[in-house]
Amino acid sequence: MKFGIIIFPGTWSDKDCYYSLKDILRQKVDYIWHKETDLSEYDCVVLPGGFSYGDYLRPGAIARFSPVMASLERFAAEGKLVIGICNGFQILCESGLLPGALLRNVHLEYRCQWTHLKVENISTAFTSRCQNGKALKIPISHYEGRYYADEATLSELEADKRVVFRYSTPTGQVTESANPNGSLRNIAGIINKRGNILGMMPHPERSCEPLLGSIDGNVIWESIIASI
Amino acid sequence: MPVSKEKLDEVALSEKEYQLIVERLGREPTEVELGMFGALWSEHCGYKHSRALLRQFPSKSKRVLVKPGEENAGVIDIGDGLVIIMKIESHNHPSAIEPYQGAATGVGGIVRDIFTMGARPIALMNSLRFGSLTDSRNRYLFGGVVGGIAGYGNCLGIPDIGGEIYFADCYSGNPLVNALCLGIAEAKHLVRARAHGEGNLLMLVGADTGRDGLHGASGLASRTFEDERELRSAVQVGNPFLEKLLIEACLELAKTDWIAGMQDLGAAGLTSSAVESASRGGGGIEIDVLKAPRREKGMTPYEVMLSESQERMLVVVKKGYEGKVKALFDRWELRSDIIGRVTGGGLVRIKEGKKTVAEVPVNVLSSSPVYRKRVKKPEWINRLQSFDVNSTPDLPRKKVKSALLRLLASPNIASKNCVYRQYDHQVGNNTVVVPGSDAAVLRIKGTKKAISLTTDGNGRYCYVNPYLGGVIAVSEAARNLACSGAQPLAITDCLNFGNPEKDDVYYQLKECIAGMARASREFKIPVISGNVSLYNETRGEAVYPTPVVGMVGLIEDVAEHCTSGFKNEGDLVFLLGEGNIIDSSIGSSEYLELIHGMIKGNPYIDLELEKRLQRCCLEAIKRGLINSAHDCAEGGLAVALAESCLANRIGFVSSEWEIQGRLDAALFGEAQSRIVASIAPKSSWKLLKLADRYQIAATKLGVVGGKRFILKGYMDLSLKEIEEAWRGGLEELL
Repeated sequence: MKFGIIIFPGTWSDKDCYYSLKDILRQKVDYIWHKETDLSEYDCVVLPGGFSYGDYLRPGAIARFSPVMASLERFAAEGKLVIGICNGFQILCESGLLPGALLRNVHLEYRCQWTHLKVENISTAFTSRCQNGKALKIPISHYEGRYYADEATLSELEADKRVVFRYSTPTGQVTESANPNGSLRNIAGIINKRGNILGMMPHPERSCEPLLGSIDGNVIWESIIASI
Repeated sequence: MPVSKEKLDEVALSEKEYQLIVERLGREPTEVELGMFGALWSEHCGYKHSRALLRQFPSKSKRVLVKPGEENAGVIDIGDGLVIIMKIESHNHPSAIEPYQGAATGVGGIVRDIFTMGARPIALMNSLRFGSLTDSRNRYLFGGVVGGIAGYGNCLGIPDIGGEIYFADCYSGNPLVNALCLGIAEAKHLVRARAHGEGNLLMLVGADTGRDGLHGASGLASRTFEDERELRSAVQVGNPFLEKLLIEACLELAKTDWIAGMQDLGAAGLTSSAVESASRGGGGIEIDVLKAPRREKGMTPYEVMLSESQERMLVVVKKGYEGKVKALFDRWELRSDIIGRVTGGGLVRIKEGKKTVAEVPVNVLSSSPVYRKRVKKPEWINRLQSFDVNSTPDLPRKKVKSALLRLLASPNIASKNCVYRQYDHQVGNNTVVVPGSDAAVLRIKGTKKAISLTTDGNGRYCYVNPYLGGVIAVSEAARNLACSGAQPLAITDCLNFGNPEKDDVYYQLKECIAGMARASREFKIPVISGNVSLYNETRGEAVYPTPVVGMVGLIEDVAEHCTSGFKNEGDLVFLLGEGNIIDSSIGSSEYLELIHGMIKGNPYIDLELEKRLQRCCLEAIKRGLINSAHDCAEGGLAVALAESCLANRIGFVSSEWEIQGRLDAALFGEAQSRIVASIAPKSSWKLLKLADRYQIAATKLGVVGGKRFILKGYMDLSLKEIEEAWRGGLEELL
């Protein structure tokens, strides 16, 4: 199995994703420049965090027009796995591959902090190695991470069990005080209908080593690896 | 004289300096030349008043590969073929005028200083000073500066791992905004900032050149200013996205053999980067200003040469490689233009098309005059130092509790988490110890090593005693590193002072540098880079003399790093170091100012004891004896203990303390050379033996555990109470 990590101008989580996948999880992994269009080698494509095009206009609004995005759509249509982290999640929403939008944090401040995620659906390709009821400790780092969608979309997401992660307490209680950015219904990550595209604001690539404070991000990567 | 006083004022040159220029050139300078002299002979670029003093700093050690002065910053060897580079710089005046952009471009500038040498920036830190937050203007400045640092730094993907933030009235209207950047490189890929090799090409890369920032170096950074509005146009606007592209493109370029050098455009723009690199290269340069892409029409050669538009780099491309270099920048969607070439004649020649508008020998431009002053100690400093501690009543026992809570809630001591959570401090996957401990720790991937980084500088100490304040700034930084288990490697310093043309300010500068130099020599830590920010005054009142010491240290094995928080129930707590607490140690303390409204009394330090303490602490950490180490700093022992409790929310119960002298000195005095350490009971005899070997007092203070903070006979508070004071102190003012 092989991972591909897309780099847009302004992306910066590319190296962290690469390091975690290659050096911690011992996977094959390549960088993909945003102007490339051939994704046929890859089983899973990562859209990493950062500030693609400086987040000018809106986060992800310019990156969605990069040449690689049309290929990514076809890649996803084949049922292959796509994970968008932070800015990657924003790009997926901007390009319509995932519903909803990421708005400015409710307190209008950038936040870099540890969060806990309740895993709401452990039967996805991204969460099969998670344990029911055990919250994951994974950090966020964003200014625009407040998940928003209209009521109908939210209800549909929930009915289809497509809300995968919610911000919670360390013991998995979904509370208002555990919500770091004002996301509707504490949503931290969702999947598409087919279940092969995940978008999440927290950074699993930052929580893969005990030295850095958590290894819970590995569960997500291991789930992906196991599902291929 | 054919030049008016107004014109000289505009470029911040004195009549004497003008005459010196005429003498050295053998003719009157042209308008462009005069502007270039003004910029390069400014305090900011030319260090007129500080250069003679700065020579006292040690700059060598066996790890220093490139000495400061030869390049933008000195280079430190950390083994495994890796080197680190670091530098700190001020952006005080721009931030006073436009806090968001001032702070943002401060970050941008210091980052360029690092990657221009071929090093990947892996850490940012900031040392900030503001006036009291009860004033709305200061709150505006604070919010803008923090927002600017976050806005720019986060976009770059470089972790901002903290620094320090202090408040005092003297910084009202003149905040200090110092930005530090540290980079890492493979030694073989270091890039020189020199324009050499006759016929090589000068390529300007990045942003177009606009009229922003004219006279930034000579005006904004090198004199005091009264009316901020007239200078607003001297503040530049940052584009962090462009900077991010420049970082990636230039680091890619650094790995090729297509270039002879690279230099960022900072203060004084093209003028200083071209002249400095020519000066280092030993040759000359010729630039055609018409070739520089402009943001606006009708810009004069003067404006092009002095623009401080951000996000620009000057690359010295080896002849014949220009196509390859341009293709690389094209791929990153960066504009690049050849604007000139390296010449052999030792002249800086600026042309506008065919017309020569400036032609000056490089060595004349780059050798600004050096000023020295004979000054004596001002009487008012004597008055500050002569403090009779007995004139102030001791703290009654029943007020200990409230004094501690007030100190913890003081913005100088209170948690800065509400700031640091706005900075991405984790990107890069290296941050082992996040902001909030004594020093941050970053591991070095591919090795077992880690580096530890801190900034320190207590303006109040330096105000009362500039010399000792300087000694303490260096000592405390080293102590912070020792508490994290790191052996100090190098210093970068930022000296923030008032107008050096005034005798009193010059005295402060001279004494403070002497103190810092003394301590650096004692600890054998070289100063590899730095910046001087003078003229920090508002309405004639100087800020506290505020040296900021940025210090980096090496931890050979990251597994052996240490943090400041208590960890295990039942661990014993010891105070290592100065055991003899004298009553006068409340002098210049946070306590004395906060509780008694007084800024008086000498701080005190014994450098020999300090060195032994740090060596003892390092060995104890290396041998795995201690579980936490925390420097006793602002707020003294009681605050240090409370902070060690709060880090991991675990309590402390003291033994029966027999306090001999003043209660306030024992609890809140700021005697230096003290570290609070916790240790497993079974190892305590080893620690005592070690302390004995280093002739360090090791006093047992109590036991870690529970959910309360108890100093038997003096106070008993729940962790919740102290946490509320400490966490809310700063946040509630915003």
